Amino acid sequence: MTDLTPHGTEPAKLGYSPVADIPHALRVSDTDPAAAKRAERQIASMFLLSMILVVVFIVAFCTIDKDTNVYIPVFGEVGFLTIVLGLTSGLSILLIGTGAIQWAKKLMPDVEVVQMRHEMTSPQDATDEAAANYERGKDESGFARYTIIRRTLIGAMALFPIPVIFLLRDLWSSPESGTLTPDEILSHTIWKKGERIVVDATYLPVRPQDLPIGGLVSAVPASLKEVQEAEGNLNARGKSAIILVRMDPKDIVAQQGDGWDYQGIVAYSKICTHVGCPIALYEQRTHHLLCPCHQSTFDLANAGAVVFGPAARNMPQLPIGVDSEGYLIAMDDFNQPIGPSFWERG
Amino acid sequence: MKFLAARRRNPLVALGLLLVALVAVGGGYAAIANIQPAQASASSQTQVEEGKRLYLAGCSSCHGMAAQGTSNGPTLLGVGAAAVDFQVSTGRMPLAAPGAQAIVKTPTYNETQIAALAAYVASLAPGPAIPTAEDTSFDNADVAQGGVLFRTNCAQCHQAAGQGGALTQGKWAPNLMQATPKEMIEAMITGPASMPVFSDGTLPIKDKQAIISYVNNLQNASSPGGLDLGRLGPVTEGLFLWTAVFAALIAAAVWIGIKAR
Repeated sequence: MTDLTPHGTEPAKLGYSPVADIPHALRVSDTDPAAAKRAERQIASMFLLSMILVVVFIVAFCTIDKDTNVYIPVFGEVGFLTIVLGLTSGLSILLIGTGAIQWAKKLMPDVEVVQMRHEMTSPQDATDEAAANYERGKDESGFARYTIIRRTLIGAMALFPIPVIFLLRDLWSSPESGTLTPDEILSHTIWKKGERIVVDATYLPVRPQDLPIGGLVSAVPASLKEVQEAEGNLNARGKSAIILVRMDPKDIVAQQGDGWDYQGIVAYSKICTHVGCPIALYEQRTHHLLCPCHQSTFDLANAGAVVFGPAARNMPQLPIGVDSEGYLIAMDDFNQPIGPSFWERG
Repeated sequence: MKFLAARRRNPLVALGLLLVALVAVGGGYAAIANIQPAQASASSQTQVEEGKRLYLAGCSSCHGMAAQGTSNGPTLLGVGAAAVDFQVSTGRMPLAAPGAQAIVKTPTYNETQIAALAAYVASLAPGPAIPTAEDTSFDNADVAQGGVLFRTNCAQCHQAAGQGGALTQGKWAPNLMQATPKEMIEAMITGPASMPVFSDGTLPIKDKQAIISYVNNLQNASSPGGLDLGRLGPVTEGLFLWTAVFAALIAAAVWIGIKAR
């Protein structure tokens, strides 16, 4: 509803807005035809340059070898092709935009206009009709009269979404988990008595004498190699990853079970009890294990106790020993679920 | 002499002379070769003594007269030549000032002096030796396996691109972009400061070379996309977006709003 008629009875005069009673400054391009011509050429040359840059983009894409590097101060050694493609495509779209804005600013009419706002409320007859329709619907359906129908309908509508919640159960059951509940799945890992502890990524078995005081090993169970899941062995790996550290036995203040270390070598889960980030950021002097995600800090010399941060539970400890060939083994599975808290744990 | 002169053209004489010559050369060589180890041990003995002199002058106030450690510094018994070489050649030791972390600076001692100090500390108790040139060579190392091992063992502190990161209470894991292969092996086998030890038993030298090869790859990586912004990932990228890019957008909005003259 744009009103372009002159404001009041005064005729529009030069230097004043025709619709609003405010001074209107004229642009150079309004008064000087040569300036208007210059602006026209300027805008057209922006669009023309944009076209040229597109051609340069295509030529560069076809001719420049992708492995060519070029040194640019501040940026350092950068890929020549990447820089050329980025600059040409970026500048070509930027020039279209700046050209369009210059066109609007310099050549299109820039007089002030007044646009009247329409009424916010609906017309009275429309609101009356809507109210009457509502009343008639209430009477004809008998929604107020048939109390039992109304209440059963409300009950049915309230119950209907509940099965959706039960469908969430399928998120945990899989061919591998069988009939196990989430609590049972999360409470057990593939660690068991006699399971050899091997170095992550190389599967080297570890002997106690391989690990000096202050030493750290990211380790997994030897049988992880044989685990076959739908997606490799990620679930088993995510649950069974541990870190082995060796400290002076005199430094060990407490453990989660009697004699769970082996001559100062202790094994703790690698999965943070806050939200499950893998942690191996271990400071050998303080025996602190620091989670990089939210700075939860565990004291591995003191039963994996939380000394800082949002984690609520001690880092679970794995009891270890050696087998007849002298390699480190687990003496049992973890005695508690590893990783973050969940519903059933309270 | 008549007897010799008469028989000097006998074929057996050549054989006899050859035998004499061989014995003389072989025996002479063996005599010299036997002397050399004695000389070497004599020179390393003076090296140890020089090291002891430097140690007592520069290190003993914190590490103790017998390297037994004091309340100001840990014991050096059993740290080995590798730990001394790492700490002193990178300038971390002697400490510039007490603090959370030893700072890398221009080394205080020259190469000969560092070798002497290392020899002295190694003579006190057995410990890891300085890696040989063979140990630090990574020409045949598997760089991809090195990447896997780096992400498993190193990235949690030194960051996935080796840029280093924060530890607790003002300590930090250093940036690896200037680290040499020798320093990296020394750090892994000795565990300086907060760093745990990655022994040859659990991380064999072949795996260490693979890790070094990966770090070398990172050190020499160009950044084909332009500014690498410290290779810190979303933190610096987000900061750049919120400052530089938003400033440019605001400037553009202001320009669009200004009336043309």
